[in-house]
Amino acid sequence: MDYVAHDASDFARPAEVEEMELYHPKTFIGKYIWSQDAKVIAVQYAITAIGIGLVALVLSWLMRLQLAFPNSFSFIDPSNYLQFVTMHGMIMVIYLLTALFLGGFGNYLIPLMVGARDMVFPYVNMVSYWVYLTAVLLLVASFFVPGGPTGAGWTLYPPQAILQGTPGATWGIILMLVSLAFFIIGFTMGGLNYVVTVLQARTRGMTMMRLPLTVWGIFTATVLALLAFPALFVSAIMMMLDVTLGTSFFMPAIVSMGQQLDYTGGSPVLFQHLFWFFGHPEVYIVALPAFGIVSDLISVHARKNIFGYRMMVWAIVAIGGLSFIVWAHHMYVSGMNPYFGFFFATTTLIIAVPTALKVYNWVLTLWRGNIHLTVPMLFAIGFIFTFINGGLTGLFLGNVTVDVPLSDTMFVVAHFHMVMAIAPILVVFGAIYHWYPKITGRMLNDTLGKFHFWVTFVGSYAIYYPMHYLGFAGVPRRYYAIGGTNFIPESAQALNASITIAALIVGVVQVVFLYNLVWSYFKGKPSGSNPWSATTLEWQTADTPPKHGNFGETLPVVYRWAYDYSVPGAKEDFIPQNVPPRDVVLSSNKT
Amino acid sequence: MTMFHQLMAKPWVTAQGKVDDLYAGGASSALAKRLALRVFLAVVAVLFFLLVTAYGTRMAYEDWRPAPQVSLLWANTLVLILSSIALQWAQYSVRRGRMDAMRVGLLAAGAFTVVFLFGQFLAWRQLATMVYFDVMNPAVAFFYLITGVHGLHLVGGLVAWGRTVARVWGDFDVGKVRQSVELCTTYWHFLLLVWLVLFGLLFTGNNLDLLLKLCGIR
Ligand code: HEM
Ligand SMILES: [Cu+2]
Repeated sequence: MDYVAHDASDFARPAEVEEMELYHPKTFIGKYIWSQDAKVIAVQYAITAIGIGLVALVLSWLMRLQLAFPNSFSFIDPSNYLQFVTMHGMIMVIYLLTALFLGGFGNYLIPLMVGARDMVFPYVNMVSYWVYLTAVLLLVASFFVPGGPTGAGWTLYPPQAILQGTPGATWGIILMLVSLAFFIIGFTMGGLNYVVTVLQARTRGMTMMRLPLTVWGIFTATVLALLAFPALFVSAIMMMLDVTLGTSFFMPAIVSMGQQLDYTGGSPVLFQHLFWFFGHPEVYIVALPAFGIVSDLISVHARKNIFGYRMMVWAIVAIGGLSFIVWAHHMYVSGMNPYFGFFFATTTLIIAVPTALKVYNWVLTLWRGNIHLTVPMLFAIGFIFTFINGGLTGLFLGNVTVDVPLSDTMFVVAHFHMVMAIAPILVVFGAIYHWYPKITGRMLNDTLGKFHFWVTFVGSYAIYYPMHYLGFAGVPRRYYAIGGTNFIPESAQALNASITIAALIVGVVQVVFLYNLVWSYFKGKPSGSNPWSATTLEWQTADTPPKHGNFGETLPVVYRWAYDYSVPGAKEDFIPQNVPPRDVVLSSNKT
Repeated sequence: MTMFHQLMAKPWVTAQGKVDDLYAGGASSALAKRLALRVFLAVVAVLFFLLVTAYGTRMAYEDWRPAPQVSLLWANTLVLILSSIALQWAQYSVRRGRMDAMRVGLLAAGAFTVVFLFGQFLAWRQLATMVYFDVMNPAVAFFYLITGVHGLHLVGGLVAWGRTVARVWGDFDVGKVRQSVELCTTYWHFLLLVWLVLFGLLFTGNNLDLLLKLCGIR
C-alpha cells in the first residue's frame, strides 16, 4: 500500500513479452461470427447463455403457476411439470451460469485483466463456443422430439431416468446426454485456454499474487470444472450405453410396468457417486467466479483495498480443493454407511470455514469504506445477504440428522436457490452493470438499474424466504400437486400463491433489464475508458471498447497489486496497476 | 518459484513489489502448448481414474462375473510399447538434428499405433464370439467402454501425429516440428501408461480384486 513514491531508479521498461500472432479478420463474418477474438467470443457466450436462461425462467413461471393454482392450467400435466423442473434446473446450472461465468466473463476478463492480447489458443477458443452452441441447440431440440424433453430431474438418476413412465425416457434423455457431452467437450477446449492464459500469458510484472481476485475465482473454478466434468462425461456415456445398447452399468434387475426388463445387476448408486463427484464441485464452479467478482466490485465501489487479499486467495484455493471431498452429502438418503455420512458431514462443515472467512473479509472491506451505492455495489451487497442466508441453511442440511427429514422438501429448494441461484445471479447482474461500459463504451441507465436491483432483491426474498416454511411443513419438491394431505396446512396454499406472484413480478422486471441493455447500447451516457476509477488493467486500455489485441501498440507493464485504492499520500483515490511508482501524483499537502 | 512460495507473497508491501516487478511475463507459445498438453493429460487422467474406480466399485458387488480373458491383448500391449519407443526415438533424433531418423521413427510409431487399434478391434470381435459374451455382464460392458475410450484417445493422437507428419517433408521449421514431435511423444507415453494400468489392473486376471482386498473394500 505504501508503494507509492521512491527512488527514481525505476523507469518504465518496455514489455519483453513475446508478441503473439493475432489473426486479422477482414469481413464482418470473420469479425463477429467466426471470431477468434476472446471479447467477441465472450459476448457470443453471454448472449447464448442469457437466451437459453430466459427459456429456463419461463419454465419456472409455468411451474410456479401450477404450484399456486393447481387444476387451472390444462396445458400443464404431471409429465410436463417434471419436464419443466428438469430442464429449468439443468439449463440454469449448466447452460446459463457455468457458461456465462466461464465462457462469458472468463473470456472477456482474463486476457484483459492479466494483460494479454488474447487467449493463448484463439482458434480453439472459437471452436469451444460453437461446440457450446451445438450443445444448446441439441438441448432445445429435445423440446420438439416425440415424448418431449426428459423429466428425470436435473440429477438424471437412473433407473427412473430411462424407464418408461418417466417423461422423455426415449428421445429426451438421449438428447440430454448427448448435449451434456457436447457441452463438456466445448468447455474443456475453453477451459484449457483459460488456465494456460492465466499461467502463461500474464504481462510483465503481473505475478500471480498481483492478479485481481476475479481472475483467481475464474481460474480456480476452471480448474475445478476441468477435473469435475469428466465425472459427468463418464456417467453420461455409461447411461447412454444403458439406454441404447442395453448394457447394465446403472440399471439393476428391475420390474417396470409389470414387465421384467432385460437389465441385470447395474448399480444406481454408482451413478449417484459419479454425478455428485461432478455435482458438488459444480456448485463452486458457479460460486468461485462469483466470489472473485464480488470481491472486486466491493473493493472498487468502496474505494478500499480488499481486506485480506492473501487469505482470499487461499480461501478460494482451499474451497476448490475441499469441494472434491464432500460430494456424498447429497446422498445421505441413499442408504450409505453411517460412517461415510459422518465423514462427509464433517468435510462439509469444514468447507464452511474458508467460506465464512471470505464473508468476513467482504464485510471488513466495506467497514468504514467510502461506499458508493452504485448499481454494481447494490448487487454485490445483495449477494452477501443472500449468500449468508443460503450458506446458513446449508450448515443445517450438511448434518445428516437434519438433512434426512428435510431431504426432498421445499426447504432444499429454498436453500439451493438462495445459495447457488439467486446469489450468483445477483453477481452476474452486478458484473454486467460494472463491465458494460467497457464492453460497449456506454453506461447502463442508473435509475432503471436501481429499480431492477430492488425488485429483484426484495422479490427473491419474497419467493424463497417463505419457501423454507413450506419445507418445514413437509411440502415435497418435484411434486406437480400436493393434493389433500393431513400434514400440510391449508395456509400453505396461500403461501404458494404469494410466492408465485412474487416470482412473476421478479420475472417481468428482468424485461426492464433487457430493455436497459439494448437502450443503453444506443442511447446510454458515454462512459469514457474508466468510469469507476478502477485500478485493474481492463480499464486502462487505449480504446473503449478495446480493439482486437486489447492494448494498442504496447502491452501494459504492471507495477502494483490490483487494490491500490485510497492510498495515503496519493492525490487520486486509486492508482492503476500499470502506473510506475515515480508517476504517482502525490497529494499537495505532502509535497 | 514454487506455487507455495507464490501464495505466501504479500503483494502490497514495497519490498515484494520490487520482486514482483522483475517478473518478465510469459506467453512463449512453446511453453503454452506444453502446459496445455499437461493440463489436458490431467483431465484425461481423471477420466480414466473414474472409470477404474467405477469398475472397482462394481466389482465389489456379490454378483460380479469376471470377463473372459483375451490373450490377444498381450500382443497389442507389446505393439503399443513399440509405438512409444518409436516416438521416443523420433524425439531423440529430432533433438540431434537427424531428420531422416526422425521421419522413420514417426512413421513407425504411426504404423504401430494403427496396428494396435486394429488389434483392439480384433480383441473386441473375439470377445463378442465367445460363449461367455453378454453385454449385460458389467465386466464385459466395462471392457468395451474402457478400451473404446482409450482407443478414441489414440485416434485423436493420430490426428495430431498426421499433422506433424505432413509437416516434415521439404522445407520446414525445425523448431516447430521438434515441438510437435515432443508433444506427440508425451501424449503417447501417457496413453501407454494409462493402458498399462488398465491392462494390468483390469484385463489380466482382475488384479484389481487383490487391490480391493488390500484396501478392505472387498
Ligand atoms: C426467480 C427465478 C427462479 C424461480 C422462480 C425458480 C423456481 C423453481 C421451481 C418452482 C423449481 C421446482 C421446485 C420443485 O417442484 O421441485 C425449481 C427447481 C430448480 N431450480 Fe429454480 N427458479 C429460479 C431460478 C433458478 C436459478 C437462477 C437456478 C440456477 C442455479 C435454479 C436452479 C434450480 C434447480 C437446480 C432446480 C432443481 C431441479 C430439479 O429438482 O431437478 N433456479 N426452481
Ligand atoms: Cu454439495
